[in-house]
Amino acid sequence: MPGGNRTGVWRRNQRRLAPWLFLAPGLAMFLIYVIYPILDSLWLSFFEWDGLGEKLWLGWENYVELFDDEAFYTSLKNNVIWLLLYLLAVPAGLFIAIFLNQTVTGIRIYKSLFFFPFVISQVVVGLMFSWFYAPNFGLLYTLIEAVTGTGVAILANERFVTYGIIAAGLWPQIAYCMILYLTGLNNVSPDQIEAGRLDGARGWRMLWHVILPQLRPATFIAVVVTVTGALRSFDLVSIMTDGGPFGSSRVLSFYMYEQALSEYGYRMGYGAAIAVILFAIMMLFITGFIWKMVKDERAGV
Amino acid sequence: MAPFVRSGQFVDVSDVWEANGLKTSLKSALASMTIDGKQWGVPYTYYQRGMYYNKTVFAEHGVSVPKTWDEFLAACATFKAAGIDCTTTGTKALWPGGGWFDYMNLRTNGYEFHMELTGGDVEWTDDRVRKTFENWAQLVEPGYVTRNHAAIDWQDALPLLVQGKAATYLMGNFAVAPLKDAGMTDDTLGFFQFPEITPGIPMAEDAPTDTIHIPVGAKNPEDAKKFLAFLATAQVQTDINEILGQLPVNNASTSPDDPFLDAGFEMLSNAYALAQFFDRDAPAAMAKAGMEGFQEFMVKPDNIDRILKRLEKVRKRAYK
Repeated sequence: MPGGNRTGVWRRNQRRLAPWLFLAPGLAMFLIYVIYPILDSLWLSFFEWDGLGEKLWLGWENYVELFDDEAFYTSLKNNVIWLLLYLLAVPAGLFIAIFLNQTVTGIRIYKSLFFFPFVISQVVVGLMFSWFYAPNFGLLYTLIEAVTGTGVAILANERFVTYGIIAAGLWPQIAYCMILYLTGLNNVSPDQIEAGRLDGARGWRMLWHVILPQLRPATFIAVVVTVTGALRSFDLVSIMTDGGPFGSSRVLSFYMYEQALSEYGYRMGYGAAIAVILFAIMMLFITGFIWKMVKDERAGV
Repeated sequence: MAPFVRSGQFVDVSDVWEANGLKTSLKSALASMTIDGKQWGVPYTYYQRGMYYNKTVFAEHGVSVPKTWDEFLAACATFKAAGIDCTTTGTKALWPGGGWFDYMNLRTNGYEFHMELTGGDVEWTDDRVRKTFENWAQLVEPGYVTRNHAAIDWQDALPLLVQGKAATYLMGNFAVAPLKDAGMTDDTLGFFQFPEITPGIPMAEDAPTDTIHIPVGAKNPEDAKKFLAFLATAQVQTDINEILGQLPVNNASTSPDDPFLDAGFEMLSNAYALAQFFDRDAPAAMAKAGMEGFQEFMVKPDNIDRILKRLEKVRKRAYK
């Protein structure tokens, strides 16, 4: 039979090859858009390059400069503040979800109202909060002025600015965590609550020992999206302050953008070095999460 | 322009300047278009920067247009006593602070020094730089500048001038259009040259110029050069700037009929030299760090030592 040999090879290896064929498009995408850029950034971080001229090999010089750069430590410190405060979104989202998880007339309207901030774009959130904080006409500014006599322009004050931006970021992030918990609460088994009730569990003890363990998958996702959200915070900083005043609200991702791509940037190598550090920090968290996930799965939770 | 010239991206067009007598007709821009003794492009428009002021506020408080720094500070004291910001700005985008530094340094130390500094040949910790900041502090420390300027954009400061909550605004001529849209007229809005600080230093001005260049590797450089020559002629520059509402560079052109452009043309034609603006005169890394430092200084003048040390560190790296 002509061509029989070819079909033979396919026939014999079909079961082994088929999974790879199905995986191929995804793998190709992953290699081109994730793995290759990571390696290329790593490689680029050893050069000085303005995006126009010749690349110049620097070795570790970009990193040496980075570790002696005030702006880098400001960004790192701000990222840590972001990370810690952003995690407040998880408990806050949980409590709003529990509050909304009841059957009252019109509860769907309330739920959508609470979910609303997550639907609007980060740019709009940033602008709204900028006006909220704005000197002379902002609501918060005039409130503070009415109470204390002098207004405080949050976004012009190097001590408050990062907290001001995080507050803006928390608004949609809490809504996000809330929706994750609302779906989680739908799956909480009523039998276990019933059983808990028979055993005399109420209030906090019910929440802690009966409800929360069942919400673990939701908690896991909420923590992961919040941590990554805090580490890649960029849009709000860019919209609300452009990293200012005098660079005090920078975070790593914004500093990377400033150095590599902004109007005064074009230091591709230095930007790449910042990206590598940010990537290393993210890897630390992601590996931690995956390790915990694998451990939990093995334990059969 | 310098980064493109240094990385070999622009064609040398000195022959166009030579053949068309541009060194006389575009004289005011010759220095800024020259690197290594060659010309690298042709300018077609520029605009002045200076003090825009609310004439009503000045009249109400009996203040006349200040010619010297001392007169300006005296005016500021008057406005401060009346609860008016002597001068307003919005430094969120950093560059308005760059404009302030340019004028403080140009008036304190002169054009040549300013060019040496932005060219990376002077240390930021130099005493002459400190002198510039000392003069500037006379304005910042008593609170003559709008508070919270670091949180607002340059447009957000315009209403303060319109409403008479601020008396002056150091800006480019492009601010006139939005100010007039907001209700100011030639009777209420005025313009004056940045006052003299160190007596006897020739007055140089900030006048960012827009230019056209030929990229290396252009397919038809000969015709491109003809186009540059055409663009440099008096009539063409008159026509372009009529539309743009800015100033022609060619000194045989007529500028659009507008009191602010007339004042600008008058000032720039008599200028000792023209600076391009801090973020064009200094390389990108220096410009960014510099303007950030100026913003910090305008909020916390006490940090000056730290700021200058940081800028000196950047200077050592930025001019390789």
